[in-house]
Amino acid sequence: MIFYLLRRIVYTIPIMLGVAFFCFLLVHISPGDPLVAILPPDASAELQRQLMTLYGFDRSWPEQFFTWLWRALQGDLGTSIASGRPVAEEVFKAVGNTLMLACLATLIGFVLGSLFGFVAGYFSNSWVDRAASALSVLGVSVPHYWLGMVMVIIFSSWLAWLPATGAGPGGSDAWAWDWEHIQFMILPAITMSVIPMGIIARTVRALVADILAQEFVVGLKAKGMTDTGIFLHVVKNAAPTALAVMGLQLGYLLGGSILIETVFSWPGTGFLLNSAIFQRDLPLLQGTILVLAMFFVLLNLLVDVVQTTIDPRIQRS
Amino acid sequence: MSESHSNPTASPIVSVRDLRVTFTGGKKPVEAVNGVDLSVARGESVALIGESGSGKSVTLRSLLRLHPERRTRIDGRIDIAGHDVLALGSKALADYRGKVASMIFQEPLLALDPVYTVGAQIVESIRRHEAISKEDARKRALELFERVRIPSPERRLDAYPHEMSGGMRQRAMIALALACKPQVLLADEPTTALDATVQIQILLLLRELQRELGLAILFVTHDMGAAVEVADRFAVMYGGRIVEEGPTREVIRNPRHPYTLALMQARADGAMTKGARLASIPGSPPDLANLPVGCAFAERCAYAQPACLQTRPEAVAISPSHQVRCLRTDATVGAMDRNHDTAPDTLSPALAD
Repeated sequence: MIFYLLRRIVYTIPIMLGVAFFCFLLVHISPGDPLVAILPPDASAELQRQLMTLYGFDRSWPEQFFTWLWRALQGDLGTSIASGRPVAEEVFKAVGNTLMLACLATLIGFVLGSLFGFVAGYFSNSWVDRAASALSVLGVSVPHYWLGMVMVIIFSSWLAWLPATGAGPGGSDAWAWDWEHIQFMILPAITMSVIPMGIIARTVRALVADILAQEFVVGLKAKGMTDTGIFLHVVKNAAPTALAVMGLQLGYLLGGSILIETVFSWPGTGFLLNSAIFQRDLPLLQGTILVLAMFFVLLNLLVDVVQTTIDPRIQRS
Repeated sequence: MSESHSNPTASPIVSVRDLRVTFTGGKKPVEAVNGVDLSVARGESVALIGESGSGKSVTLRSLLRLHPERRTRIDGRIDIAGHDVLALGSKALADYRGKVASMIFQEPLLALDPVYTVGAQIVESIRRHEAISKEDARKRALELFERVRIPSPERRLDAYPHEMSGGMRQRAMIALALACKPQVLLADEPTTALDATVQIQILLLLRELQRELGLAILFVTHDMGAAVEVADRFAVMYGGRIVEEGPTREVIRNPRHPYTLALMQARADGAMTKGARLASIPGSPPDLANLPVGCAFAERCAYAQPACLQTRPEAVAISPSHQVRCLRTDATVGAMDRNHDTAPDTLSPALAD
């Protein structure tokens, strides 16, 4: 097990390097001059040249890449062009916010998705199954920013139960685990949970239906197991795949919630990416993508390890 | 019924009366078993023999009511060790399964849960039926593994099904089936998925365990050779009915139903002359959704007469323990010997050139 873990960790190194290279490349082949945003319209050629040198844009891109990579390895992701603050600081604050939101959303999505999936799988082809399946298809296909806006209209405008936007009272960005702050999380988390819920429900439904059709379920019955006992076996058989899907969904939510974070003005990575793109803030954009990609790689590693411990058939040696 | 109650020692431990199993899930109901009568005495081993789709496995699984309840109709009566199986409620049924009667499956790799160790599955089964500690249950599992002669049993208890060889897995499956000391062992083609050499070992093990533990075994197979090794009595099934039943020796030496006769002649082993053509039964098994009015075998039968297509034959007693459902039992007297003598002759012209 220790060797398996070490090997898996070593394997992630080339993946991370590749990811870093591609995210650097992607940003650099995209059109637009990052300095346009901060230079005054009447800036002299001299000033332009100075800034180019300052940010290193005058050197060749392999050179820029290795400099950037070397600094990134030491925890320095450069300075944001727009705000002038260190990118690492901005990114990690946003990652913290997004992580809270994404974890809560994944948790809600996983619990509800598994519930619907199990019910649908156990009663496959009955009306319960069709209802649960319809709900999960709806979850996957409804536009989430639209759902977010509808939620704001219902719960904030009409009912006035929950705040519409932001991450704390009075627009402050200091987080605390009290109701004052938590109430800001509820609407975006529920909106966001609809994505993993739909996908997990569909996965679990297929898994459960497949497991129930297997011969070992008859074997369990034949030795006198009750429905509850058999249910536990089904859960353990379904868990590796369901957890893997959950882990991947969490990964997507970490970076893929740009629209939802924008609708709710939640100061997370999606929000940060959105502003970095619009301001052509290259260092910020690169740094954010890199950190998100690293999270994704680590999550995959975690999922693999958890899966291996649950399902003995996955080779360890 | 009142008879058997008054004399319980002589009553069979398994008694099946007029069993009918119909699968109602498809477009047309499929009558997989229609009118099976069968009994197994304590310590007796009976082989249910037949080709695919003859209803042998369906009959066997009905004894534990393993068919999906919503899509299956079971009529008739099944009594096993004093339990009216078809009348059991779900709790009583679960208590009965594995404790009174347990089952060995054809492919243990599929019949065991892949994500639990074999030992854990045996312990689970024991603790389901008896209030004993995990440690004691594990001790019992270890004894069972020794009993079915699994080498280094301590280590194998912690193995997952996929980590064992086919023969080992079937031994583990037998250990699991015996875990709660059942009185009746149901075996669904226990050796079909195994290599020939391993088959013999498993059959001998079953035979030995049956004698030691006084088990009643009902054993489903399409392999005559395997059946001869284990069974005291043969019951040959065709088209969802038992067409011939009797003591093993008698059925083998003197098969009287044309189907049994054809099965015996279709065996590839034994005294086959080199170059002789392997005998086979022409035609294909009947469509169970559309059974003929008369004898189900009539269409493929060498002895069939017009009457066979009209009437479903009743059981004819050849001897007190040997019964055949056929209208033409008079024509099959000594047919086995006759065919043995004539077979080489009829083939010799073909061999001459």
